Amino acid sequence: MLQGCNLECVRGDRRLFRDVNFSLEAGGLMQVQGPNGSGKTSLLRMLCGLAAPAHGEILWNGAEIRSLGGDYYAVMTYLGHLGGVKDDLTAIENLRISSALGGIEIDENKAHEALQHMGLGGRELLPAKVLSQGQRRRVTLARLLVCGTVLWILDEPLTALDTAAVKLVQGLMERHLEHGGMIVMTTHQEIEITAIATQRLQLA
Amino acid sequence: MFFWIIRRDLLLAMRRRADVLTTLFFFIIVVSLFPLGVGPEMNMLRTMAPGVVWVAALLAAMLSLGRMFASDHLDGTLEQMLLSPQSLPLLVLGKALAHWLVTGVPLVLMAPVLGIQYDLPVDALLVLTISLLLGTPVLSLIGAIGAALTLGLRGGGVLVSLLVLPLYIPVLIFGAGAVEASAAGLGAGAHMSLLGAFLLASLVLAPWTTAISLRISME
Repeated sequence: MLQGCNLECVRGDRRLFRDVNFSLEAGGLMQVQGPNGSGKTSLLRMLCGLAAPAHGEILWNGAEIRSLGGDYYAVMTYLGHLGGVKDDLTAIENLRISSALGGIEIDENKAHEALQHMGLGGRELLPAKVLSQGQRRRVTLARLLVCGTVLWILDEPLTALDTAAVKLVQGLMERHLEHGGMIVMTTHQEIEITAIATQRLQLA
Repeated sequence: MFFWIIRRDLLLAMRRRADVLTTLFFFIIVVSLFPLGVGPEMNMLRTMAPGVVWVAALLAAMLSLGRMFASDHLDGTLEQMLLSPQSLPLLVLGKALAHWLVTGVPLVLMAPVLGIQYDLPVDALLVLTISLLLGTPVLSLIGAIGAALTLGLRGGGVLVSLLVLPLYIPVLIFGAGAVEASAAGLGAGAHMSLLGAFLLASLVLAPWTTAISLRISME
């Protein structure tokens, strides 16, 4: 269970948000909404432990995430704005290295399968710099297929994707939620994901 | 995981050979220009050689520091590293080691060849190479701290030199000193032991400090 208590975010001398509270149970989906600059990315970066909240605490199963360290990172996957896709590496190398960084080492076949599933069949061996923006996004999202973590924190996962890929990702998320996973995400696109508990967190 | 990082960085270096060669050519050019500029006075060249080679190695190492984390920072891989369940100091150690393999080792291999230009005797060349072998990893490890601290800052290049240079100076003094001491018949043992001590200390402390700096820079 992921909980946020009285979270506050300050950037420079501006307070982006304060008193944000939520609690996310297994199978739950939380959509963070708000206009540009309202602190959505800042909130997600706090939730994954990259940034510290100015005030308040974030608890994973009752323990502060910063004190959990590696134990928390092992159950959490964060996909940010920047996909972490290296221009000079091929799609398959990118996927294998990023999932190894996430703690799961996969072999060539498994990476191949995941990329195939994301609609990148036949392009696995191209360097990422020749892929389109949407294809690079698919390489990033292929990590979700292999990571095996419980909590997904996704920052604008649907940017640059075509409708077919959006459907694919939607299905992926629904399956994850069915199996008791949790998702925190931001998106400006309308997307209908069926989950046992969907909550919307509106930032001012 | 440690080996994954090293393999990845070596693979990236292979695909971007120009970056690696810049450092090596810089080193070769600086060291080769000195004899031309100073003139063919053998005794002077012999006394200058260790200092020139060491200063050039130090500047070459510094030239490549900016690249250590910059590209990972820009494409988001660094975020993934910070969120990895693997220990961050270990990942950093892997990156520093890869940096050394890519920038330090070629310098070490080139140094004896360049030393011939300075009419260094064989035993002095040997001492010079060993001192570089012990000293260049220290440059990569200490440099990693500076690179991590100045990540994403404007004018980071200048700042990193200012931060890192004072820490490089002992390595320079004892590295170049080793060759002089052996030429004077004192034996290079003491200098080598000190270089070894620097290496061990930075192996233990630098990855850990770099990891903390990275976390601070990424907030």
